Amino acid sequence: MIEVKNLKKSFKDGESITEVLKGINFVVKSGEFIAIMGRSGAGKSTFLYQMSLLDEPTEGDIFIDKKNMNLLTVDEKTYFRLSQLGYVFQDYALLPEMNALENVALPLLMQDMSEEKAYKEATEALIKVGLEKRLHNLPSQLSGGEQQRVSIARAIAHEPQILFADEPTANLDNESSRIIMDIFKELHSGGQTIIMITHEVEYSKFAERIIHLDDGRITKDQSMKK
Amino acid sequence: MFSLLNIRIGFFLAKRQIRRSNIWTTVLIIFVMFFTFLNLVVVTGILVGLIQGAIDAVRTHYTSDVIISTLNNKTYIENSPEIMSVVNLLPEVQSVTARYLEGGTIEANYKTRTNDKEKPNTAVASMTGIDPVAENNVTDLSRFIVEGEYLNSQDYDQVLLGAYLVEKYLPIDSPGFSTLRNIAPGVKIRMNVHGVEREVTVKGIIKAKVDEISMRVFMVDSQLRSIIGRNDYNVDEIAIKLKPGVNPSIIRDILKQNGIERVAKVQTYTDAQPKFIKDMVDTFALLGNMLSSIGLVVASITIFIVIFINAITRRKFIGILKGIGINKRAIEISYILQSFFYAFCGSVIGIVVLYFVLQPFIATHPIDFPFSDGILVAPVSGTLFRIGLLMITTIIAGFIPARLIVRKNTLDSILGRN
Repeated sequence: MIEVKNLKKSFKDGESITEVLKGINFVVKSGEFIAIMGRSGAGKSTFLYQMSLLDEPTEGDIFIDKKNMNLLTVDEKTYFRLSQLGYVFQDYALLPEMNALENVALPLLMQDMSEEKAYKEATEALIKVGLEKRLHNLPSQLSGGEQQRVSIARAIAHEPQILFADEPTANLDNESSRIIMDIFKELHSGGQTIIMITHEVEYSKFAERIIHLDDGRITKDQSMKK
Repeated sequence: MFSLLNIRIGFFLAKRQIRRSNIWTTVLIIFVMFFTFLNLVVVTGILVGLIQGAIDAVRTHYTSDVIISTLNNKTYIENSPEIMSVVNLLPEVQSVTARYLEGGTIEANYKTRTNDKEKPNTAVASMTGIDPVAENNVTDLSRFIVEGEYLNSQDYDQVLLGAYLVEKYLPIDSPGFSTLRNIAPGVKIRMNVHGVEREVTVKGIIKAKVDEISMRVFMVDSQLRSIIGRNDYNVDEIAIKLKPGVNPSIIRDILKQNGIERVAKVQTYTDAQPKFIKDMVDTFALLGNMLSSIGLVVASITIFIVIFINAITRRKFIGILKGIGINKRAIEISYILQSFFYAFCGSVIGIVVLYFVLQPFIATHPIDFPFSDGILVAPVSGTLFRIGLLMITTIIAGFIPARLIVRKNTLDSILGRN
């Protein structure tokens, strides 16, 4: 499903160049639940941003379904993200002026879905994450855990090929984190491909494969399948 | 760029941003747009109205709708009685007045002057003989009486003095121009017309912002006829007031077709306007447009700043929108629609205030300029053009900052990196 070949990313700051990803090769199969782990500064988030087409690699190629993503224009990448990928951000990244239902419906509307259908599917996604009673609440009226569940509903409403999650439990208490991880587990059991960054070993155990990243390189690729 | 889908999503985003934005910020922006609208329309409207007020006053109180006057090489209108008959037969005519005009002087201190070395207090004036009732029906002359009383048909040796002939109302003393001192109703003055002297009593003083009224001496027509010896009833001016809705050009043409053109000038009130008046209207309109365009620039900058700050503070959310796959054009359109909303609201409030408050109020309470009663000229076509201009400027001013922010790298926007 995803094939990463010799992926490099460096940042320029004046004269100095910092190499964050140093030639990563990596394959993700459809339906896998992968946890990416590593210490701060290891390059986990940068790696995720490249794979999820939010950023441009300095060198190397990313293939999704054998299609080279480097060959897509900016607008094509935007549409690919809209239709094929889902994102769960660490800080939920909800739009404050929209209620939960509108936040989830927006990407569906952008796919030219009718308003009626978009709201219906958004409602279903919110029910799936247990927020059927919070449809019309603004993000400011929701707890952190609830906001993250809205973020997940938004990410899965359009049934993406791949769901990317950047430390989804980092800002949550244990109970909320557990709920989020249970949702991921359920999504995965339904066949959803998930790539998640996490710091916490406890939550990495939900994944079937753990990738350890250090100094811009994959140091360990560990299968958790029993 | 403006695909239906992008417009739909842009509308979705704009609606929610406006609905959930700070109400006072929205009110303030609409307030700015409202004043910009007023600046665009009212400044020009008042500048043009200043001249238009003068033009309207000349029409209403002097020329009326159609004026017949002497040919340049004649001293009066020949066959005036026949012309009056023709005019009176026209069903479109509401009322008509004929005037006798003769140049002369008036003197105030002839009784108190003790010797020939003392300078006579004289003023040059145009003596105007009128039928007081007919004149009042056409020009409403009596409303300009500021002292004393209006003439009646039986008055003998009584005059109305234009205020610009009286020092009290025009206290200037320049070479070649003088005014009469110590004048009040009841005071006697001496008229001299072609060497014929007549002592008359000031019955009233008349003051209007129309020079042709304030610079004249009015008396009953039969009196002036006897002074100037005009026994053929040939007059110098005929002012014709038409019934409401009648086009003055049509009556002018009818009168010309009747042969009146051979013995007199037949003009509508616009024909009779000097060219410099028309130039002044154009000049003031240009001046108004220049001042308004400054307002337009200020409004554009205001909208630019508002949208820029809005977009900058929402940069992270713009990044998120792009991140989850919302087309950047849809985001730009949302800002265009927000700018449009502000301009539209400001313009709608402006139209209501302009046509339902300001224009009716100024029409009934004209602005008291020294030389005219200023009105507010705001034709609908001109107003619509200016609204269009305001909309376009505002939309551009909203689009540019939105585009600047939307074009930034998606991830940098999400992470707040520069």
